[in-house]
Amino acid sequence: MSRLNETNTKLAREIISRYPRPKSALIPLLHISQEQNGYITREAMQHLGELVGVTSAEVYGTATFYEMFKFEPVGKYLINICGTMSCALMGAHELMQHAEKKLGVKAGGTTPDGVFTLAHAECQAACTEAPTLQVNYRYRLRVTPADFDKLVDDLKDGKLGDEIPQHGVLAKVRQVIAPEREVGAKAPEDVNDAPAWLDGKAAL
Amino acid sequence: MTIVDPAKTGEVADPNAVNITINGKPTVARKGELIIAAADRTEDFIPRFCYHPRMPSVGMCRQCLVEVETPRGPKMVVSCVTPVAEGQVVRTATDSVKKAQEGMLELLLANHPLDCPVCDKGGECPLQDQAFSHGPGESRFVEEKRHYEKPIAISDIVYLDRERCILCDRCTRFADEVAGDALISFISRGNDTQVMTFPDEPFSSYFSGNTVQICPVGALTAKSYRFKARPWDLDQTESTCTSCSVGCRTVVQSSRDELVRYQGVDIDPVNWGWLCDRGRYNFESVNSPDRLTKPLVKTDAGLEATSWSVALENAARMIRLALAKGPRSVAILGGARGTNEDAFAWAMLADKLGIDQRDAQLGDGLNPEVFNLNQATIDEACAASTIILLAPDLKEELPVLYLRLRDSAQKRKSRIIEFSAHDSGLTPHAWRTFDYEPGNQARVVRDALSTDEIREQLSRGQVVVVLGRANLAENEMFALQAAAAVFDAAPNAKVLPVLRRGNVRGAVVAGLTPQNDSGDAIDILRSAAAGKIDCLVLLGADPISDVADAGIVQRAFAQVKNLISIDTMLTGSNRNADVVLPAAAYGEKSGTTTNLEGRISNLSQKITPRGTSRPDWMIATELGIALGADIGVSSLEQLNQKLVATIGAFSSSKDPRSTRGDGVLMTRETPVSISSSSVKVLERNAYNLRLVVSRTMYDRAQSTLASPSLVGIVNDAAIHVHPSELARIGVAEGTTVRVGAEGTSIVAPIKANNRVHRGVAWLPFNHTGVDINPLLNIVGDVTDVRIEPIK
Repeated sequence: MSRLNETNTKLAREIISRYPRPKSALIPLLHISQEQNGYITREAMQHLGELVGVTSAEVYGTATFYEMFKFEPVGKYLINICGTMSCALMGAHELMQHAEKKLGVKAGGTTPDGVFTLAHAECQAACTEAPTLQVNYRYRLRVTPADFDKLVDDLKDGKLGDEIPQHGVLAKVRQVIAPEREVGAKAPEDVNDAPAWLDGKAAL
Repeated sequence: MTIVDPAKTGEVADPNAVNITINGKPTVARKGELIIAAADRTEDFIPRFCYHPRMPSVGMCRQCLVEVETPRGPKMVVSCVTPVAEGQVVRTATDSVKKAQEGMLELLLANHPLDCPVCDKGGECPLQDQAFSHGPGESRFVEEKRHYEKPIAISDIVYLDRERCILCDRCTRFADEVAGDALISFISRGNDTQVMTFPDEPFSSYFSGNTVQICPVGALTAKSYRFKARPWDLDQTESTCTSCSVGCRTVVQSSRDELVRYQGVDIDPVNWGWLCDRGRYNFESVNSPDRLTKPLVKTDAGLEATSWSVALENAARMIRLALAKGPRSVAILGGARGTNEDAFAWAMLADKLGIDQRDAQLGDGLNPEVFNLNQATIDEACAASTIILLAPDLKEELPVLYLRLRDSAQKRKSRIIEFSAHDSGLTPHAWRTFDYEPGNQARVVRDALSTDEIREQLSRGQVVVVLGRANLAENEMFALQAAAAVFDAAPNAKVLPVLRRGNVRGAVVAGLTPQNDSGDAIDILRSAAAGKIDCLVLLGADPISDVADAGIVQRAFAQVKNLISIDTMLTGSNRNADVVLPAAAYGEKSGTTTNLEGRISNLSQKITPRGTSRPDWMIATELGIALGADIGVSSLEQLNQKLVATIGAFSSSKDPRSTRGDGVLMTRETPVSISSSSVKVLERNAYNLRLVVSRTMYDRAQSTLASPSLVGIVNDAAIHVHPSELARIGVAEGTTVRVGAEGTSIVAPIKANNRVHRGVAWLPFNHTGVDINPLLNIVGDVTDVRIEPIK
């Protein structure tokens, strides 16, 4: 159910095999889990703990360190409106008020149909383009209330399906490493020779 | 700066010596030593919160900033993560160091509530103390502090108050690195960082009490001690824990003549400051309202309170009557709960009366000959290159020994080779693990140790065998044969005997062990069941719940004419006794005790014995007088002197001071050796599973049941099998099944447990819910069971 499904479990095992220590694979596995369910469930954390050999508490501790992992259901589209200085000066607060009215939820809330979650965000590092927002971490710049309305309507109508995947999807293309290009998982203490690309010339 | 130049002094330089200067004083530190540890030795105290000498440093709290001279002038370093270096100049109390330390404290206090007057830690709190000694005195912060719900129970034993937490990482590091139960972790980050368990998964570590002890603030508190006393009201004395035979050093603290807390004391050879939760919290049983306060004598109306003189007279009459029939109609069971002196007093009394039938082990130990094999100490085991485990699950039975061996394996000092029928706490740390089924372990050991890989490992250095009784449903000879197989492969191996009862080693060596081939506890009970014993004395023993085969105990009790019990509480065994004499409990008596490695250390009295209860030795003395067999001692000191003078093994503790602190090892005699002459192997019928019965930390032990903190943790019994067996049997997890063997059966829920190996069924001993006794009545060397669904 909320544990990783069969396909993702298989993928998880493959990812784990790329690391010398299974627990190093925890972050990519958390992303897979969030992609599957839209957020990180308790069962998923327990499952990941079993897969990489740590306790659920350790998975929980690691996952909660990162803002982008969510632990409650969020909408299909997570809209983060920046409220830091440049954006604030350029009308981010008014934009937020407008957004709250448009979506009918307060910042931090999710619409009853489960499509939108509205949230405050700190600086999104695009101050010259203020005010900014992100939809599922995809930028929208110099956003006016009218832009916002159009964005919401387009998302509702599915017009941006190609550009903005649902929350949790990190990339549309999965990395595939051909078997002959795998480097194998070697623990640092077992590495005795310089990597091949150094060509024996480097002075480490 | 003083740098000793060996060329000038002509001395041979110690390659590990590092010359440093702390606050102008030249001192010699060891290579790799941290500045904070070196400063502790020179008594230049550096304030700290996260640093703990028994755990790797993380530099979390930044409180231990000091100044170190560099070519570019003085530099502020974190002294708990900076190792000493040759010629280093350290200053711990300059104005800039003071300013830095005061600044750190001001920041740590920014969110720390000032609820010291209602905090359990107040008065012994490192944060409070160091805010006084190294703090700025006032704060510039006027903002509202962080708020959390407080306190929340993170287990049955421990409460967490996140407002008080300063995020030093001590508890989470302990849980992960020392105990191996990473059930608490830092969650979230930045200002929201907090210590927390996984939602709905409690911090159910066997060692959780240690986090309360090492918490440098009042964030973690123990349910049993909350609001019980203030540190300045506490009276304390150093003692040794006798909950199991590891013999951890403790401080016993009391308030208003009642025990309120135990704290671990750091001694190098044994517990390093750690305690298990059972040992730490079962003091509550000493305060139990169920404690016996007066002697009881059986009347027509049941057990009735009486005076000591009447009770002793009754007991003496019973023993006298039985002795009139011959010395073999009296027997003494137990004595491992008491001190060495208690055991010796009873042994002297038994000698005077000619009672040969006595045993401090209750059929669940090993032949006392194991104490005469070439002995290893705990330290020697941890330093051995190979540790061979032929033992019960040490995490369950001897928890702090588990911590020590785990540490040794983790730091790659030792390689553990484990032989077991089910996974133990040490299995994840074992270098190699070999499965056996009870009955074939000697063969498995012999085969395993004959491979080239293992032979090479055994030849690398010292081999230590950790030898104990892993299974109560098998004959002890299998463990001994397996040990003999180890000696065949590694003749110089040493043995660390791991018999679990508190002072079993002391009691056995002091003489509470069968004399003149009179047979062990089980033989005694058999003889009693056959009507040959008229008077049975239970010395702190509760055979109904301690002896694996409770059926033989019941038959013995039915036949015995008179049952005399010396105990702290009424138990399943002494409810029908003829005389019950109230004994002083732990904390109520002094003396010495002996741990599993033969270390003699002292026990200190802290509180007055409840009611009129008395130490066992005193009861022996008085009973002797009533019987006209005076053992001739009138004080504990006199008794101890007699013990030390009479029994060679105790002669090393001649000076009573030697039993304080680290204690002193028993005088050792030339070790004997064993080798495997004939090996008996019992094969299993493929339709059956071979039964393993062993103990877990929390069972129906009297001291656990009478401790409110622990009683809720005792689990119901179930039969555990490997998950693959469930399908074969054709039942689902949790269903109730019939477990049958040789014409008898029990009914119990079944659990899939991948720690139990194929071909084996595991039952925890003495748990609630299921009476497993019928399976243990079987007179055989091993027990095979057939598990069937109930139609």
